Amino acid sequence: MIVEIGHFALILAACVALVQGVLPLAGTLNDNQRWQALAKPAATLQFLLIAFSFAVLAHGALTDDFSIKYIAGHSNSLLPTQYKFASVWGGHEGSLLLWMLMLSGWTLAVAIFSRTLPLAMVARVIGILGLVSTGFLMFILITSSPFERLLPAPADGKDLNPLLQDPGLVIHPPMLYMGYVGFSVAFAFAVSALLSGRMDAAWARWSRPWTIVAWIFMTAGIALGSWWAYYELGWGGWWFWDPVENASLMPWLFGTALIHALMVTDKRGGFKAWSVLLAIGAFSLSLLGTFLVRSGVLTSVHAFASDPKRGVFILIFLAVVVGVSLTLFAWRAPKATLGGKMGLVSRESMLITNSVLLVVATGAVLLGTIYPLIVDALNLGKLSVGAPYFNAVFVPLMVPVVFLMVPGGIAHWREARWAQLGHDLRLPALAAVLAGIAIWTLTERGTWLTAMGLALATWVVVGLLTQIAIRLKKPGRIPPSFWGMHLAHLGIAVITVGITMVKSYEVERDVRMGLNDTVTIENYSFELVGVSDVNGPNYKAIRGDVKVTKDGKYLEMLYPEKRKYFSSAMPMTEAGIDSGFFRDLYVSLGEPIEGERLQWSVRVFYKPFVSWLWYGAILMVLGGLLAVSDRRYRKSATTLA
Amino acid sequence: MKKFLIPLGLFLGLVIFLAVGLNRDPREIPSPLVGKPAPAFSLNTLDANAPKFGPQDMKGKVWMLNVWATWCVACREEHPVLVAFSKANQLPIVGLSYKEVQPQDEPSGKKFTPEEKLQFARDRSALWLKRHGNPYVLSAMDLDGRVGIDYGVYGVPETYVIDKDGVIRYKRVGVVTPELLQSTILPLVQKLNAS
Amino acid sequence: MNLQSVFLKWVCVASWLLFSCLAPLQAKEAALLAEDPVLEKRLIHISEELRCMVCQNESLASSRAELANDLREEVRKLIREDKSDSQIKEYLVTRYGDFVLYKPEVKPLTWVLWFGPFLLLVLAIMGMAYYLRQRQGAQKGSPVLSDEDRRKVQEILKSGDAP
Repeated sequence: MIVEIGHFALILAACVALVQGVLPLAGTLNDNQRWQALAKPAATLQFLLIAFSFAVLAHGALTDDFSIKYIAGHSNSLLPTQYKFASVWGGHEGSLLLWMLMLSGWTLAVAIFSRTLPLAMVARVIGILGLVSTGFLMFILITSSPFERLLPAPADGKDLNPLLQDPGLVIHPPMLYMGYVGFSVAFAFAVSALLSGRMDAAWARWSRPWTIVAWIFMTAGIALGSWWAYYELGWGGWWFWDPVENASLMPWLFGTALIHALMVTDKRGGFKAWSVLLAIGAFSLSLLGTFLVRSGVLTSVHAFASDPKRGVFILIFLAVVVGVSLTLFAWRAPKATLGGKMGLVSRESMLITNSVLLVVATGAVLLGTIYPLIVDALNLGKLSVGAPYFNAVFVPLMVPVVFLMVPGGIAHWREARWAQLGHDLRLPALAAVLAGIAIWTLTERGTWLTAMGLALATWVVVGLLTQIAIRLKKPGRIPPSFWGMHLAHLGIAVITVGITMVKSYEVERDVRMGLNDTVTIENYSFELVGVSDVNGPNYKAIRGDVKVTKDGKYLEMLYPEKRKYFSSAMPMTEAGIDSGFFRDLYVSLGEPIEGERLQWSVRVFYKPFVSWLWYGAILMVLGGLLAVSDRRYRKSATTLA
Repeated sequence: MKKFLIPLGLFLGLVIFLAVGLNRDPREIPSPLVGKPAPAFSLNTLDANAPKFGPQDMKGKVWMLNVWATWCVACREEHPVLVAFSKANQLPIVGLSYKEVQPQDEPSGKKFTPEEKLQFARDRSALWLKRHGNPYVLSAMDLDGRVGIDYGVYGVPETYVIDKDGVIRYKRVGVVTPELLQSTILPLVQKLNAS
Repeated sequence: MNLQSVFLKWVCVASWLLFSCLAPLQAKEAALLAEDPVLEKRLIHISEELRCMVCQNESLASSRAELANDLREEVRKLIREDKSDSQIKEYLVTRYGDFVLYKPEVKPLTWVLWFGPFLLLVLAIMGMAYYLRQRQGAQKGSPVLSDEDRRKVQEILKSGDAP
């Protein structure tokens, strides 16, 4: 019974969303204050209804209600509790309900934190979000309802995919969706600016904190996904250029571009049209990602089960939302005024160059991701575009982006002074060149790429230290956003070091090990001292006991496992990992090998600096949080900061 | 200003490609072997008394090569269709028994000798065909899958139609359905027989 | 307890440890799964650029599927026959089509793919530089009032307050 009420709540939510979408927007057209004022209460009501609906589904999962088809398909009575909860978003229908929960949540947040915004603007922003919500809710209700019944109810559920039975599932999708959906706020602000015809810099000021928060979640979500793949999949990889991964990277790149472009629009009133376009683009890429993942047009290890009917619906939705926005853009954007004077070489031009480069990089990723589809659609055959392509194209495009982080922070607004730039950049340049030469000459295994990567990272780190030193000498309070920016940029440098080192110096050994056999990498020794059987809550496993010694001294034990879940034929590898600041030791247990001695195939990795990938991401998230905490975002709109 | 229409133009182009893509199956991969001569091989067959078989033995006839195995679940779905089709005597169907002997078939600690492997495969296949019907004029035993690689086999069952000159004219990855036989395979066979 | 006896004690303990480590005489340095590490290195390098035909989206290097094992064995055989990288790829493309290559060949069909991004980069930078220069020209002599300032002025004028 409660399930049907949950379903009904969704239907109500769709109606409320429609009202929320249509009336406030209409109210701005005919200056009807009452209709405009409907926005906030409608947003609140919508959130409550969807939260209730979500709670009903979660309740169904937690109480093993297998009369719900979705729960029967993705959960199981033997599942540990946290995974029963997470199974709510383990499949297509439930993950869409999570998406809606987040969208209505973000809308409510806009309603709450907009006290100082003019009513008409609030009405527009919430109205636009309401229209988007209506589309998604219709999609859920018509093609993907999680509340369908399965009668007679089976005795037990099909179980959650073993790969997903991991803490990663509990946190990665929610973080990622918060990011995807969060860009809808910047989108709504941008489109509302277009609708009002007043494309002034104010919308940029109001968008900035929302964009940064969405970006923070997106960064965390992507990093968590990468980290999860690393320790869960058992082969030590952390990025595969899989279409679904690309679907998350693209909005992130645009979001980063948007954050930087908004600085220019906010401070100097310039590039309004470009910022609006980026805001539309970031959310459009979120929607495109949704389409790619759920429609079946691309093969991916990640994709949900596909259904052409769903694909058609999402495509139409995507076409309408983005098509209308871009039409509005073509109509209204030309009217935007120019903004302040800016020199050819200035902080503004560097920030805009950054966003242009990021847009090109996004274009490259998009091209590579859908090229197989384009070639097939033109009946020119079937081809694959994989990691080798993306690595060859994306990395060179990102090098100038990272490089520009330093002069971009040093250059003055309006007009950069060459003398000052040259003076301030001397130290970072020197340090970078020295670092590059040192790596090139002192180490045997590295390549010129290693030298370049580390030189780049040195450039960034010494560059930001230089900027901090310069700023500290000046009087006046330093705002948190200053520290935030440098912390985030430091995070990028740290990630650069991680990627460069791990790609240049990682060692992999594929060996067959019998009892008490050892394998050595660098000064670490791995000895297989035992193999035992393990009974898990919903799986059986073989566990290897690996003794690790460093320079002959005992370090620790690692326990790689090969699991066989009752519900799936697919065996799962749980790697034994020792994560250190400067290196990871990674052991993966394979199949037993027949022979006179019983042996197992074992893969041992030595991965230097791989943790720096996650440390860098944490720094970026912290940097973003600092930036957002800046008091000027909380000042009222009437005071001009 | 027209440049502001560029984003919309690019987007609409993208949507058109995505719409076309929705009707395509990204997993359906055309074979590069269509139009090329069927790769030669010489394999033992199911019948221990018969000589080895190769595609050159079928020169002058239009014939069908069907890749199968007793462990293949989808083959079971396709098999009755093939058995019925073989009774119509439209063209000879040759089976290619693909990697019939799997690692788990070998007793633990021991490996089969090549002769043992062949015998095991023959016994199990013969039993299976007796139970489910035999549409094949003969079945070549590709025990290690090497011939499969030459034919670009990546998913069992797969079916080829080969013409009188030994050129592959059609490849089907996946189950052969009655509809497929009617709509595609039979007309092709008739056309090839006529030439 | 003097230093000497402490030292002796540790020597005894160390020797005992050493012997107990040596005791399982069958234990040895684990053999590489591969017969020939040089060949394996080349195999990994080539198979990272090839696609596993039966997986959703995995390279031939990392997949554990049966066909992937077979194809890797096939590549090993070709390496032993001294075939070059491009010959090996050609061998597989003849049988499985372009789909098996994760790194698309550079041919007219893929020119847009390989050169598109860099072309786009060049066009974008040129376009931006052109726009900035145009902008400079348009703004020479125009007042430096941002929209913010303009609104302030309007408000002040409307409210009738003295500046």
